[in-house]
Amino acid sequence: MSKKTVYVRLKEGVLDPQGVTINKSLKQMGYDDFISVRFGKFFELEIKDDATDIDRKLNEVCEKLLSNPVIENFTVEK
Amino acid sequence: MKFGVVTFPGSNCDYDAYAAVRHVVGEDVEFLWHKSNDLLNSDVIILPGGFTYGDYLRSGAIAKFAPIMESVIKFANSGGRVIGICNGFQVLTESGLLPGALIRNDHLRFSCKYVYLKVTNNQTDYTSVCKNGDVLKIPIAHGEGNYYNFDGDIKTLEDNNQIVFRYCDENGDVNAQSNPNGSINNIAGIMNKEGNVLGMMPHPERAVEQLLGSTDGLRLFESLQTAFSKVSIGG
Repeated sequence: MSKKTVYVRLKEGVLDPQGVTINKSLKQMGYDDFISVRFGKFFELEIKDDATDIDRKLNEVCEKLLSNPVIENFTVEK
Repeated sequence: MKFGVVTFPGSNCDYDAYAAVRHVVGEDVEFLWHKSNDLLNSDVIILPGGFTYGDYLRSGAIAKFAPIMESVIKFANSGGRVIGICNGFQVLTESGLLPGALIRNDHLRFSCKYVYLKVTNNQTDYTSVCKNGDVLKIPIAHGEGNYYNFDGDIKTLEDNNQIVFRYCDENGDVNAQSNPNGSINNIAGIMNKEGNVLGMMPHPERAVEQLLGSTDGLRLFESLQTAFSKVSIGG
């Protein structure tokens, strides 16, 4: 069994109200060193030992389900 | 004219839509189960509001793979009329039947209130009984209704007159104060280029009786009735 991690991030320029709010909260807590915060997601996928062509399939599921290409980019950790 | 209302796991406005069509509008309507692929000869499909599949991953992201959606997508691509309301709008953008995406409200709160909508395109099957500039009072109830798209695609929507409703104030002024969620250009509802698929965040099915606070949602259903009577007269 191996593991792959997929990161899904909002594209640059897409408003991230959650990130903005988190940063505001940081400032209120006294941490004013951060210019911005972007909120994202990651997925851990356990992969069967006998899986084939897994890179292509990972790309496919990222495009079809894990991310929304209109607003998000994904990267599969090597 | 027959309506089909899709019930997904987590739909919660399916009965509202059904009741509005059957008891107020007075047209035939049936529920369509998400696991079926049979649209039961419906003329208009409604994807109702709710939280399909718990809104897991992204609103509407899982619903697009339901068996019924395969038929809905085929139906839409061959010119069939499909309305997505609220979560239904999110399902339509996730399915690629409408462009763009609906992201978290800019203020992060769930907003449940009456808003005003300006009709900005009345040359559609959904708004033909309205005049451009008419102001409709219809409620919203969502946490992720903030319409987002790239500048270029927004321009395409504007150029093709695909923006059907915009948030406005009581007097019809489209301004920042009347935008309940941060949507680009106050977009509340759009249609596809062909004009057969409509997505809107506000709930017309919740504004069909004075007891509910407004009857303006009926205008949408009346427009559809007009469109269908023309079809049947013309054979």
